[in-house]
Amino acid sequence: MLTLTCPCCGMTVEETELAPGGEAHLKRFGPGSSDAEFEGYLFARKNPRGVHFERWRHAYGCGKWFLAARCTATLEVFGTYPAQTTEPPASIVAAIKARRPDWEGLK
Amino acid sequence: MSTRLATGGRLIDRTKPLGFRFNGKRLKGFAGDTLASALLGADQMLVGRSFKYHRPRGIIASGVEEPNALVGLGTGARFEPDQRTTTTELFDGAETSSQNHWPSLETDIGVLNNWAYRFLPAGFYYKTFMFPRAAWKHVFEPIVRQSAGLGKVPTERDADRYEHAYAFCDLLVVGGGVAGLSAALEAGRAGKRVIVWEQTAHWGGRSPVDGGQIDGMAPEDWVAGVLEQLAAMPNGSLRARCMAAGLYDHGYVLGYESVGDATPGDGRPRHRLWRVRAGQIVTATGAIERPLAFAGNDVPGVMLASAVRDYVVNWAVSPGDRTVIVTNNDDAYRTALVLLDAGLVVPAVLDARETPTGELIEAVRARGVRVLAGRGVAKVKGGKRVQGVQVCAQAGEGAVLEEIGCDCVAMSGGWSPVVHLWSHCGGKLLWDEANACFRPDPSRPPTGADGAAMVRAVGAANGALRLPEALADAGGPPAVAAAEGPMAPVWVMPQGAPPALRFKAFLDYQNDVKVSDVQLAAREGYESVEHTKRYTTLGMATDQGKLSNINGLAILSDALGQAIPVTGTTTFRPPYTPISFGAIAGEARGEIFQPLRRTPMHEWHEANGAHWEPVGLWRRPYSYPRAGEGLRDAVNREISNTRNSLGMLDASTLGKIVVKGPDAGKFLDMLYTNMMSTLPVGKCRYGLMCNENGFLMDDGVVVRLSEDSWLCHTTSGGADRIHGWMEDWLQCEWWDWKVYTANLTEQFAQVAIVGPNARKLLEKLGGMDVSKEALPFMTWAEGELGGFRARIFRISFSGELSYEIAVPASEGMAFWKACLAAGEEFGAMPYGTEALHVMRAEKGFIMIGDESDGTVIPQDLGLGWAISKKKEDYLGKRAQQRSFMDNPDRWQLVGLETLDGSVLPDGVYAVAEGHNPNGQRNVQGRVTSTYFSPTLGKGIAMGLVHRGPDRMGEVLDFPADAGKVFRARIVDPVFYDKDGEKQNV
Ligand SMILES: [Zn+2]
Repeated sequence: MLTLTCPCCGMTVEETELAPGGEAHLKRFGPGSSDAEFEGYLFARKNPRGVHFERWRHAYGCGKWFLAARCTATLEVFGTYPAQTTEPPASIVAAIKARRPDWEGLK
Repeated sequence: MSTRLATGGRLIDRTKPLGFRFNGKRLKGFAGDTLASALLGADQMLVGRSFKYHRPRGIIASGVEEPNALVGLGTGARFEPDQRTTTTELFDGAETSSQNHWPSLETDIGVLNNWAYRFLPAGFYYKTFMFPRAAWKHVFEPIVRQSAGLGKVPTERDADRYEHAYAFCDLLVVGGGVAGLSAALEAGRAGKRVIVWEQTAHWGGRSPVDGGQIDGMAPEDWVAGVLEQLAAMPNGSLRARCMAAGLYDHGYVLGYESVGDATPGDGRPRHRLWRVRAGQIVTATGAIERPLAFAGNDVPGVMLASAVRDYVVNWAVSPGDRTVIVTNNDDAYRTALVLLDAGLVVPAVLDARETPTGELIEAVRARGVRVLAGRGVAKVKGGKRVQGVQVCAQAGEGAVLEEIGCDCVAMSGGWSPVVHLWSHCGGKLLWDEANACFRPDPSRPPTGADGAAMVRAVGAANGALRLPEALADAGGPPAVAAAEGPMAPVWVMPQGAPPALRFKAFLDYQNDVKVSDVQLAAREGYESVEHTKRYTTLGMATDQGKLSNINGLAILSDALGQAIPVTGTTTFRPPYTPISFGAIAGEARGEIFQPLRRTPMHEWHEANGAHWEPVGLWRRPYSYPRAGEGLRDAVNREISNTRNSLGMLDASTLGKIVVKGPDAGKFLDMLYTNMMSTLPVGKCRYGLMCNENGFLMDDGVVVRLSEDSWLCHTTSGGADRIHGWMEDWLQCEWWDWKVYTANLTEQFAQVAIVGPNARKLLEKLGGMDVSKEALPFMTWAEGELGGFRARIFRISFSGELSYEIAVPASEGMAFWKACLAAGEEFGAMPYGTEALHVMRAEKGFIMIGDESDGTVIPQDLGLGWAISKKKEDYLGKRAQQRSFMDNPDRWQLVGLETLDGSVLPDGVYAVAEGHNPNGQRNVQGRVTSTYFSPTLGKGIAMGLVHRGPDRMGEVLDFPADAGKVFRARIVDPVFYDKDGEKQNV
């Protein structure tokens, strides 16, 4: 059971206080998109052993969604940040690079 | 025989005798006994039967690794099977019974399996599946059934209570032996918040029995001193009888505390489940002695050497008068010394090593005991009790050199560190050649949120098996103990044991897995240890391989011709030892299993005979049967009364979400399939919501409250989910849109006033103009109705003239009663959810969860009219453009009417010509809702049928149970008042 810090209210909370939301930084494709684009958006999900970006909601707290960068293999958390962004902020990228020099960045 | 010694026993209090019963026989023990020590003290070595062959089983261990001595404990509502006697404290009046035998422990018919056990080898269960079906049914299943199940299931509801507790600390120390206490003391002195758990009732671990000196003191005295210091620390917490069951992500640990096990009925919880978040964890969980595999090592009286000395020292119980010791290491010699000190006889020590030398060995020799080097056990003699051992050369094939009479065999195959907690959350192991064991690899520990190690193993749990090393490893004081020479990695006795001996050399005592079974699995191609485990059931008994998994791994490795670390271990999974379901459930049972949501009128429904239906966490009246009235009749009455006169429904559970802001209209246009931004203030519109896959997920009436605010009604079960859905899109996708949402479901009570007399009731309440002209269908008004602040929505889910009135929740009950009083002269009667369902089906209105199931799009349900063609985008639009969605071959909504007026069974399928590749009939549709309509006097149904709307009038076959086939005609789904004349008055 993970602990994550909600960047909105600042609380470090138990996983039972959170609701998971799957992979972060998906780009939405709507009408006008190709079948391949739409399929990628709706169904294709990464399942890495290592650095991963996830959506979490502080469901039984402040109610806000936030994003977390963590290692699925070691459970190390590199950081959490507000959901209102299309890519991880520089501070998070730096934190990951410091711990995982071989990481090739969010693709 | 086993017996209670006249003196000694460091854990028992001879001034407090306790009476208990085993299989009805009255026996005596002392305070401080475990059930096992009390049974042994009363000469009850035979305590059960094995799972597969029903072989006689005796007590083998003194701790959690015990596989045999499980009993049924207690009676009636406090009966529980499979209680491990070696870890259960004796209490006065304890009722115990042996398990897995018939008709009695002494004479077991099931022991027939014993004769047939050549025919029940490894993988027996799986192999039977490959025989013809008839063989399984008539031959194998009866045999398997006979031996299936361990213990008896309780027949009464558990009388005890259980609780959960929470704690936080800087350091959690698991294990109250000398290593754990050393680590705790160090952290406590450094000012850390320390919690120490010990799974037994006693502190100090093995050291008080095994001896030596710590900091110049006897171990027992040193332990007492440290406990005093820790207890005096405000930042320290000591908890005995608390077992760490599992170690999880980010320092989360589950503890299982026995609170009231030995004091049944005293009002305290029986078990407490601790949920602890620890900064760091020290596992000081010690080590477990391994048995040796020789023929007859399962005969009652063959025990672990450490257990034999535990029983003598701790409980003054002699497991036997004459004990032969069999070992591959020096430690077992301590048992010889303990037995000799107690005045018991040790006829010989059989040491598998060729030239054992060392302090302990010399001490035993000096007491006149024969030490036979390079020797092993060819075979143990005896059935229900050891009678002697046949001695052979360890290096040979079992030729008997001599026979030694004895009634107890104390065996030691070396020690295995308890690495379970270390391994639960990713800690890796390495193979320790010197001690022939797996131990924690300090370079690959479990890691925490910061990526650093969160667990440290110390003492014997870390492979530091001897006292001075263990204390040094844990940062404790200097200690001295007898020096020990190297052990020899011996797994099977003798080394060249032929099949006849391997056939009786047991590894898993409870599941009857023998050396020959593991070797057979290897020959049959089982190379993975995980597969071998499942094939042979090795390590799948209730001790989960604590006793002898390593022996099995060693034998598998040998058979595969590879090193043990190449074979590896099976996965260590929580809980460390079994924990009760009661502890897991805690207080969440019965009335408080889950929270109950009550509408403001809940008590009225309860007082007026509501038959409840659970809807999410809500409870809604299904109907209100009167005295002597059946449920079906009550529903029919409620429907007829509503259609002909006046009905009232508590609709408070309906989701009510306010969406407000400059961009609220734009937002709702994305959320709903139809246009909500154009809805005029004062009007209502039915709307559909789809997920991004295009499937229908919720529906409800949307109300335009003001220029910038809308009220969205959702289904009763969907309010929280839909509110979360809205927030997800607003926070994570369209975060720059100016929209605010609030879930006001519980802030309002809502009452539906339904039927031809509905307007009369509202007019009698007075205060608002509810005429057709002032408040036409699909409009709403705000005002004061009968003195209540009210919003009246002119909407209908029944097809009748209908008003839904929302009032503040605090006024809901008063308003409900006011409506009842005002409506009395017009025949007002409450109706429940079943009448609601039937009336909506009569009108052909869909219900989320009946007509929709997560694979249905609105177009399937004839709801194309509620999908905007003008909007560029809405959630689900792109998905609905996929070829499979935009396809006339989909199953679509129709009405169904049986030819004979009967009611179709729910969920039945309409069959088509031909069969599918599985030999099943092809299908072309299914029933989604089906009811008896009292209004029409016949069964009505809705269903999804292939190209259904194009096939009006066709008759379909619906096979049901027992060969019955229902025949039903495809009709319009609107069965009643097709033109909507009744609701537009
Ligand atoms: Zn928060």
